[in-house]
Amino acid sequence: MSSLGELARLIRSKNAGPFELTFDIMFEETATYERVKRSGMVSREVIAQQYGLLPEQVKFFYCDLACAIKASIPRPYFQGDLMDSDGHGGQQYAPLMDIQIP
Amino acid sequence: MTTTDEIRVLAPSGVCGSGFLEESFEKGLAQNPHFIGCDAGSTDPGPSHLGSGEPAFPREAVRRDLRLMLMGARRLKVPLIIGSTGTAGADPHLAWGYEILKEIAAAENLSFKLALIHAEQDKAYLHQRLHEGRIKPLQPAPEFNDAVIDRSAHIVGMMGAEPFQRALAAGADVILAGRSSDTAIFASFAEMHGIPSGIAWHAAKILECGAAAVVNRKSADCMFAWLRQDHFVVEPPNPEYRCTPQSVASHSLYENADPYKLIECSGTLDLTESRYEALNDRSVRVSGSSFAPAARYTVKLEGAELAGYQSIVIGSVRDPFIIRQIDDWTTRLIERIHARVKQVYGERLQPDQYVINIRIYGKNGTMGPLEPVKEIRSHELCLLIEVTAPSQEVASSIAGIVRHQGLHLPIPEWSGLITALACPYNPAHLDRGAVYRFNVNHIVEPDDPHEMFPIEYFAIDGATQRKLP
Repeated sequence: MSSLGELARLIRSKNAGPFELTFDIMFEETATYERVKRSGMVSREVIAQQYGLLPEQVKFFYCDLACAIKASIPRPYFQGDLMDSDGHGGQQYAPLMDIQIP
Repeated sequence: MTTTDEIRVLAPSGVCGSGFLEESFEKGLAQNPHFIGCDAGSTDPGPSHLGSGEPAFPREAVRRDLRLMLMGARRLKVPLIIGSTGTAGADPHLAWGYEILKEIAAAENLSFKLALIHAEQDKAYLHQRLHEGRIKPLQPAPEFNDAVIDRSAHIVGMMGAEPFQRALAAGADVILAGRSSDTAIFASFAEMHGIPSGIAWHAAKILECGAAAVVNRKSADCMFAWLRQDHFVVEPPNPEYRCTPQSVASHSLYENADPYKLIECSGTLDLTESRYEALNDRSVRVSGSSFAPAARYTVKLEGAELAGYQSIVIGSVRDPFIIRQIDDWTTRLIERIHARVKQVYGERLQPDQYVINIRIYGKNGTMGPLEPVKEIRSHELCLLIEVTAPSQEVASSIAGIVRHQGLHLPIPEWSGLITALACPYNPAHLDRGAVYRFNVNHIVEPDDPHEMFPIEYFAIDGATQRKLP
């Protein structure tokens, strides 16, 4: 088992406009990307559960040419709202680093 | 429309004001671009810029970048196209950018025809389109109605390629535009010179971020592209940077909700069939991208309204007795603050007129209720206590109450007067001024692509400006 944080070259979260948050999980090597993809441990359902959403609220993509997995969700709070704690959405990915990949 | 075999584009930077290397820019100029384009804004810095009219980048930084771009464009006698001027691209931002441009033209004795394209939306126009059912929500969207229009500080439309194309066709040497689709800045020129839309918009998507699509970007810098009938090539002018098929393919992920379908005013760029090939170790050839024209032209709106005035108190807690009951302690603190505010203001200020928010760093300050780690593992916590109220005076005075109540709120473990918060600043509270919120995520269906974006033309001649018909 390895953690996603060890396997990825970059895991990031970012605003996709003020109302959506997007996650990019990017790999250096195709083999590593395929290993994570095949494991099924990073999925629409996993993202939904992590961020308290229904699976149908999550946009989920495999990007083979970029060796990347991408997911987008409605922002927990709109960017800049009084309760928003992360204006650029840049630190919301951290829990994904702990996902264990066989 | 004319057809050109090749359109060459120099994108000096991802944002005008974030910088680029002068050497890279000169290398780009030496490759004879047909135009220079640069995005100058985003919603990413937050709603306060659109709300207040204040740009996110320092004036001096924008002046430095704009000066080099303008001098380069005038030297080559090619158009300079700047979109989303002044971060948010409303009228105050456009006026700010125009002032800087005038200063540069005067100092460098430059002459050119300028187009200013406005993106600020007339409220009467929006009311009309709303009543016609031609303003529709994207997902997710806050509620939009007449009251939202009336209380907005600014609402802008995000212009497509057409207003740029109109200004270019009118002979503009320099275009300073309000809020724009980042890609439209670049796709406009290429499309009107016969580059197929799929190529034009995909190349634009790479160019609008400057050197962001290189393998290891160290700092903001330039990107160069050659657009042809069935492909485009990108290569960073900085010899230390390189593009690979993976780095270019990856760029379509950045700040997009969907990496394959990018929606523009006039249609959707589709990258599903895009192919990326290395031409050498620094440049990448991209083909196969397509563009599906929209059945209906749409323009996205962005708006911001005043949320109130804010003061904050920053204080930390080191006592493990307080840390282990921090949720209860902060709940009691908020009750105490409300009780004291009621004593002070009586009926003049109701609890629903102000908001107290306590962020607890060391517990869940970054992720709030979504934080999966529930147990506090830190030996100290930082509390950021925010007061948002209808005026700065009220926010400030409530913050004064916050400080005093927070300092001495008791816990059962200690008997006697405690001092519970360590305050690093004096005065203990900071006034943040007006705070804004984004309040629109909607599209308008205009009659034509131009009606929301009036253009003014000026003949700039050194220190003088003459408005043209």
